[in-house]
Amino acid sequence: MDWEVVIGLEIHTQLSTKSKLFSGAAVGFGAEPNTQTTLVDLGMPGALPVFNKEALRMAVMFGHAINAEIGIHSVFARKNYFYPDLPKGYQTSQMDHPIVGKGHLDVLLDDGTTSRIGITRAHLEEDAGKSLHEDFQGMTGIDLNRASTPLLEIVSEPDIRSAKEAVAYVKMIHSIVTYLGICDGNMAEGSMRCDVNISLRPKGQKEFGTRTEIKNVNSFRFIEKAIYTEIERQADILEDGGKITQETRLYDAEKNETRSMRSKEDANDYRYFPCPDLLPIELTQEYVDDIKASLPELPSHKAKRFQSEYNLSEYDAHVLSSSREMADFFEAANSATKDPKLTANWVMGELSKLLNQAQLEINQSPVSASAFGKLLARIQDNTINGKTAKDVLQAMWNGEGSADAIIDAKGLKQVTDTGAIESMIQAILDANATQVEQYRAAEPDKQKKMIGFFVGQVMKASQGKANPGMVNPILAKLLKG
Amino acid sequence: MFEQSISTLATKLRNKDISSVELTRLFLDRISKLDPQLNSFITISDELALQQAKAADTLLASNKGTSLTGIPIAHKDLFCTQGVLTTCGSKMLNNFVPPYESTVTSRIQQAGAVMLGKTNMDEFAMGSSNENSFFGAVKNPWNLNKVPGGSSGGSAAAVAAGLAVAATGTDTGGSIRQPASFCGITGLKPTYGRVSRFGMIAYASSLDQGGPMAKSAEDCAHLMQAMAGFDEKDSTSSETPKEDYLANLNAPLTGLKIGLPKEYFGEGLDPKVADTIMSAVKEFEKLGATVKEISLPNLQLSIPAYYVIAPSEASSNLSRFDGVRFGHRCDDPKDLLDMYTRSRAEGFGTEVQKRIMVGTYALSEGYYDAYYLKAQKIRRLIKEDFVKALSEVDVIMGPVAPTTAFDIGSKTDDPVAMYLEDIYTLSVNLAGIPAMSVPAGFADDMPVGLQIMGNYFAEAKLLNIAHQFQQNTDWHLQTPTLAKGA
Amino acid sequence: MSINKQDVQKIAHLARLALTEEDAAQYQQSLSSVLALVEQMQSVNTDGIEPLGNPLEMTQRLREDVVTEGNRRDEFLANAPQTEAGLFLVPQVID
Repeated sequence: MDWEVVIGLEIHTQLSTKSKLFSGAAVGFGAEPNTQTTLVDLGMPGALPVFNKEALRMAVMFGHAINAEIGIHSVFARKNYFYPDLPKGYQTSQMDHPIVGKGHLDVLLDDGTTSRIGITRAHLEEDAGKSLHEDFQGMTGIDLNRASTPLLEIVSEPDIRSAKEAVAYVKMIHSIVTYLGICDGNMAEGSMRCDVNISLRPKGQKEFGTRTEIKNVNSFRFIEKAIYTEIERQADILEDGGKITQETRLYDAEKNETRSMRSKEDANDYRYFPCPDLLPIELTQEYVDDIKASLPELPSHKAKRFQSEYNLSEYDAHVLSSSREMADFFEAANSATKDPKLTANWVMGELSKLLNQAQLEINQSPVSASAFGKLLARIQDNTINGKTAKDVLQAMWNGEGSADAIIDAKGLKQVTDTGAIESMIQAILDANATQVEQYRAAEPDKQKKMIGFFVGQVMKASQGKANPGMVNPILAKLLKG
Repeated sequence: MFEQSISTLATKLRNKDISSVELTRLFLDRISKLDPQLNSFITISDELALQQAKAADTLLASNKGTSLTGIPIAHKDLFCTQGVLTTCGSKMLNNFVPPYESTVTSRIQQAGAVMLGKTNMDEFAMGSSNENSFFGAVKNPWNLNKVPGGSSGGSAAAVAAGLAVAATGTDTGGSIRQPASFCGITGLKPTYGRVSRFGMIAYASSLDQGGPMAKSAEDCAHLMQAMAGFDEKDSTSSETPKEDYLANLNAPLTGLKIGLPKEYFGEGLDPKVADTIMSAVKEFEKLGATVKEISLPNLQLSIPAYYVIAPSEASSNLSRFDGVRFGHRCDDPKDLLDMYTRSRAEGFGTEVQKRIMVGTYALSEGYYDAYYLKAQKIRRLIKEDFVKALSEVDVIMGPVAPTTAFDIGSKTDDPVAMYLEDIYTLSVNLAGIPAMSVPAGFADDMPVGLQIMGNYFAEAKLLNIAHQFQQNTDWHLQTPTLAKGA
Repeated sequence: MSINKQDVQKIAHLARLALTEEDAAQYQQSLSSVLALVEQMQSVNTDGIEPLGNPLEMTQRLREDVVTEGNRRDEFLANAPQTEAGLFLVPQVID
């Protein structure tokens, strides 16, 4: 049968506040166990929560970024369940009145089409601690450093129809939250974690099939792989006439399979009710509007601007605006060249290649945007050609100095003296008389191909320093005879 | 000495007629002699008390401190006290020593008071008779066969028997006022949000409120001076500036408009209690007050609304007692579920487990609207009744409880009957208004408390009214025979 | 509204309370009588009435985003039944 896959995502985004959602404990990854906890995070008797102002601001920023209704009146609710990493026996979350209501995102897919994904809501809640399964006399260790770290849970509509679309959506969310500076986006450290809801239905059927939820998938690659394996698993069951059990599953990256989570088997009744220790949050329109006005330029806007302002293709504009750091780098480098196409090609080409090889992010690049821009300016003013520029970039990457210093030190300056180039070319033509004869006898469209031989000889003789822009017309003139 | 007021003792301390160490020893001595009969204390912090007394004497010697400096008081064992066992009357917290101090006890300590110890209470403040304590029932100093009321029964009995000058209590559905009434002392439940709940072990967060329990309104005012006021650690704490509770104690009551809700004087009220209350009301008329009948039509609904809201909140509040970070853990748990279920079943008493289950049920899927949401709507009706009544009169008066203290064990078999006894106190917590219990006389040799209910943040007014009554009556000065024995 | 023993066991499980058969029978009775008491509410029409959560109907105050507390792990672990290497220990958790 032909199956249609239906995917909805819940993305837990850790907000990059300094302190926790309800306490003055520091937020951070990798601290010694239980050293970043207060009475409140530990759920000690009599401890009470007080809400972090910055977490609220960040949530409202996100709401604006997805064109959502902002919850002018929002309420914290308690989600009651027992788990050792949940100190109070309830998670403070939001249920009926989330801070961010309905919104949407337009996601650009690889084939160049755009897909609108609905966002049901985004709500504030506290993170849980961590269970450490190393063997402590056959027991589990509980570290509550992460407890009460602010999370924004972003819930999509079941609008996604493929693994690729899911990944594109998550990447878009990742790009938005990092643009806004409300999340560090570090998926390896769990700053962004996805729960994927998947179901299949026969193509053309309206009703949704039974779904499973895959918990805590924490990389773009794993999201894609987990979805593929789960689609396969569900399709196998359905093809055999079986039924999907609604359950929570865990993705095992090593085995590339999903398995049922025993701990979540228990039918849960979370008994949500408004948290009596926290009061309703009432926002003024002025507060909401001020945040909107102070929003940084978002990736989709930036991509549009790059197209209109710099005349870049949609693809280039999209790639360059996918992260704020990349976009900033591009714009800074471009201010030296004023040639967006050249700058874009070099940022997305040579620089990205070096960054990938070294597994660095663009903000970790050893070559700064302005140094990079100066290098490109030397291509523009014919000091060096593109081929030489690659070598100079490598030298700059290795810390050998600025573009100009390297060009000087290695004597890489292009030959731009017309007389010198002419005599060099004449010498080459004299040494290759046969090829010159053949050239002159050939049809014009054949000549175009044959000229490459002479260019190559010139570049070789000049050790790459002859300016290709000058070589070509002189060569053409002399070949004419 | 043990019968004297805070003002008198403060003057004596300041004049060096007595030192705080001497006064503290006197009370510790009384506790060791009398408390074996009453069981009003769970923990006696004698060493700490003497240390604090010494520090108080040093302060007093340099003419520093407040009217509470050097005064020995007791705290309900529901306020977390740093380094001092805090049990909440439960086996669950039998070994819990908080590494932090509640705002209330911290402020009272800052004011220089000496803490004698922690008083007995119904487990997790759930009860009206103090029979639900893991540490045993508390006896009423007026008659050892009778209950002291609850849940702040230990504080009430200790103050009535002269084992502490004053004490703190908490009131979720009457837990300050009813034991104050049963033991013949004065107690104030402040407006919700007036006194910080930080460090107070929660029973029902939207109803809980700490307050003073003492021999007189004036003593309560002294405690309120220290304990009331905004606390940034409690999101439900009110930023309304606190009043000077002592400044207007002597304001005359001429023109005071008193409302008597007819629902408070209907069926179920012991006629002798009714007579006592009416005599007290007459006393107010003599002081220049006028009286009129009013109505709080939804009073009866306060019982079901309370017994949904309080257990619901409690079921969630008490989930943190899971045997992981503090509190009781069962022996040899065979797995995680076994650890949870046995630790909690062993750690909590029957009444607590029952209320947790009622709350769990009321919040569960399919029942939320019919129970919790419905109760919250009724809560608004009850609040509106009070708002309307208090727009017509200055204060509302009535009994605290339908009867005087009952016999120990007489109602344990029928808890619902005991719930019904809370009829006059629950609505005040649901509405969040302040109310007091003031000794108004005796019925069958047991004390009767008059309840005075006021508008939001009218604590100073209530204390003024109660104080004027106490300037003209001596019910609050009566002492049980047992207290005189030591 | 009366509830049966299975209901009681289900509620007890949600609340993580271990009940013996005998306990369950007792709680079945006492819970039923509380629920009967609570049932009175249903006689009142509350259509159009807003629920009241906080009696003062205040709104949430906001805390500045600053770290105000440091590491007090040793004090906090002191009340725990079982700890090791700075962790609270519990019977094995199986995901």
